[in-house]
Amino acid sequence: MARTGTPPTALELFGIDGLLSDDELAIRQTVREYCDGKIRPHLADWFEAGSLPARELARELGSLGALGMHLEGYGCAGMSATAYGLACLELEAADSGIRSLVSVQGSLAMYAIWAYGSEEQKQEWLPRMASGEAIGCFGLTEPDHGSNPSGMRTYAKQDGDDWILNGTKMWITNGSIAQVAVVWAATDDGVRGFVVPTDTPGFSAPEIKKKLSLRASVTSELVLDSVRLPASAMLPEATSLRAPLGCLNEARFGIVFGALGAARECLETATAYAREREVFDKPLAGFQLTQEKLANMALELGKGMLLALHLARLKEQHALAPEQVSLGKLNNVREAIRIARECRTILGANGISLEYPVIRHANNLESVLTYEGTSEVHTLVIGQALTGLPAFR
Amino acid sequence: MKIAVLVKQVPDTYGDRRMDPATRTVDRGSADPVIDEINERAVEAALQIKEAGDGVTVTAVTMGPVRAVEALRKALAMGADSAVHICDDTLAGSDAMQTSEVLAAALAGRDFDLVIAGNESTDGRTAAVPAMLAERLGMAQLTFLRTVTVSGGSVSGERMTGNGYVEAQAPLPAVVSVTEQSAEPRFPKFRGIMAAKKKPLQTLTLAELGLPGGEAGGENSWSRVLDVTARPARTAGTVVTDDGTAGTQVAEYLAAAKLI
Ligand SMILES: Cc1cc2nc3c(=O)[nH]c(=O)nc-3n(C[C@H](O)[C@H](O)[C@H](O)COP(=O)(O)OP(=O)(O)OC[C@H]3O[C@@H](n4cnc5c(N)ncnc54)[C@H](O)[C@@H]3O)c2cc1C
Repeated sequence: MARTGTPPTALELFGIDGLLSDDELAIRQTVREYCDGKIRPHLADWFEAGSLPARELARELGSLGALGMHLEGYGCAGMSATAYGLACLELEAADSGIRSLVSVQGSLAMYAIWAYGSEEQKQEWLPRMASGEAIGCFGLTEPDHGSNPSGMRTYAKQDGDDWILNGTKMWITNGSIAQVAVVWAATDDGVRGFVVPTDTPGFSAPEIKKKLSLRASVTSELVLDSVRLPASAMLPEATSLRAPLGCLNEARFGIVFGALGAARECLETATAYAREREVFDKPLAGFQLTQEKLANMALELGKGMLLALHLARLKEQHALAPEQVSLGKLNNVREAIRIARECRTILGANGISLEYPVIRHANNLESVLTYEGTSEVHTLVIGQALTGLPAFR
Repeated sequence: MKIAVLVKQVPDTYGDRRMDPATRTVDRGSADPVIDEINERAVEAALQIKEAGDGVTVTAVTMGPVRAVEALRKALAMGADSAVHICDDTLAGSDAMQTSEVLAAALAGRDFDLVIAGNESTDGRTAAVPAMLAERLGMAQLTFLRTVTVSGGSVSGERMTGNGYVEAQAPLPAVVSVTEQSAEPRFPKFRGIMAAKKKPLQTLTLAELGLPGGEAGGENSWSRVLDVTARPARTAGTVVTDDGTAGTQVAEYLAAAKLI
């Protein structure tokens, strides 16, 4: 199980790799190596500058096969749910912002077109999005409607065969760098989705600044000022709010794994630090208080991983219910942020520096806790599943 | 054209590599086994030739324990067409002479036009196998290349020297070795990983290569490791405080250590 030189990591202690196939291990390995080679060395700088070379990264990730990797056809890699989860985990071990880029591209924007789009829409967008040549974003949240998207104000009005969209979307990942936006809007006929090329007149996407979380990720506002679209821009199979929620379910599944990547990176950093750092004349790792922290974090990381893999196997059998994804998202993000904060204490003052990945992960996880359904909302989903009583309103 | 790329599985240089004092060989449990990075560059060089030409096939070849098949799988996932694994318990502990003999036996008679290797492995570091192999196969040898190009029956590239490089060329068939300055290896793509499973991978024993078992392995090797000593623990360095003569002091220190 373990190497003879260094003690096992938490996930090695749990024997997790024994649950993975050779292909899954190989896919994990190639994403890990890509992150080590191309991403990790630059993260602190990207985070500090609040910018990243997203287009270049998208093309590299596309060439690897990571964009829309769990979708079949149209240039997508057609990988298993587990492989997709493991890729998310490795990407988020680098940074939640990188995983967000991939999640939004593959599980929100591409998935929306793949699951609800017309054949023409699929042909036009999916191959370019899979290769990373075109970047997509997904506009559901509005300034005044986040957890409750059914109150959305963005409105699509029919004008002859055309549609005219007006409204504002907020907190939209990849917005300013996207070639295509999947925008959800209310119509006289319920919520519908639209495939909006971002060069359509009336569309703009100013970037949101002053973030202290997910700084290595582009977050934008989408302004739709009388955006005129042909009838063919509407997603034909998306006929209610159920459609965007279906997309979110896909992306959340990736987060169930992804958040553990951030936690793993923090725990490995803190463990190595505690073994090296001497306080009161012996290694910090040799004190019982530290060992208790490490042991508890290892337990939560390993349990979270077992849960993630269980959900992935259910997904592969097409037997994964949305409330089960809520179990994973709520637990794994909550535990990941706890782990990140606890690891930060182990690093002492170094814990607040970008020289180590820990504070960056802790800050990023604040966003992960909120997006794709806040932890409160997932708690309510689970509560409703257990009691049959909805407590949202 | 047929290209063979030699790959070797070595302990990851990121890990804490150690020698086993009992066998005086690398403690393979001390670090994760990975395909030697220099061999990934060799695979990359082969794949670039394949992509630039027509009808070029790339075969990855390794001699190593059962797990070494992982190095072959990586080469296949990167884009090699087929692989050959020479796997025989009696081979453990082989030195460069024995390794080159076994590899030569595996490569001979397969009509390879070009054999590409790394210039040295990060574990053994004898940097002798490519040259020995060329000799045994009766092929030209072109070592320490940072670029490799094939055109009209010859292979050429920039050969690294102590203070620069020379343009070198050799007629095919040839054995070339590449340095860590040669093209950066690609990451295996997901599709490549899945496709690798369906590519031919041949496993050969010494007997199947027609080699006598009695000469193989550490017991019969031409070179012996008599003793191993752990690297001494790192000591505190010398601190030179600049009182105006620091430059001279540093220069004297380097000169005394015969570094300048
Ligand atoms: C970095 C980042 C990137 C994002 N990317 C995207 C994107 O690409 N596309 C997109 O559409 N959206 C995106 N979002 C938006 C995200 O999904 C929303 O922020 C999230 O849904 C919460 O909405 P809100 O911010 O309006 O909070 P609110 O809904 O206003 O919630 C505020 C608080 O009230 C709680 N709350 C709400 N309702 C209830 C209730 N019924 N009972 C108890 N508590 C409740 C919430 O849990 C939260 O704690 C992103 C957000 C961030 C931070």
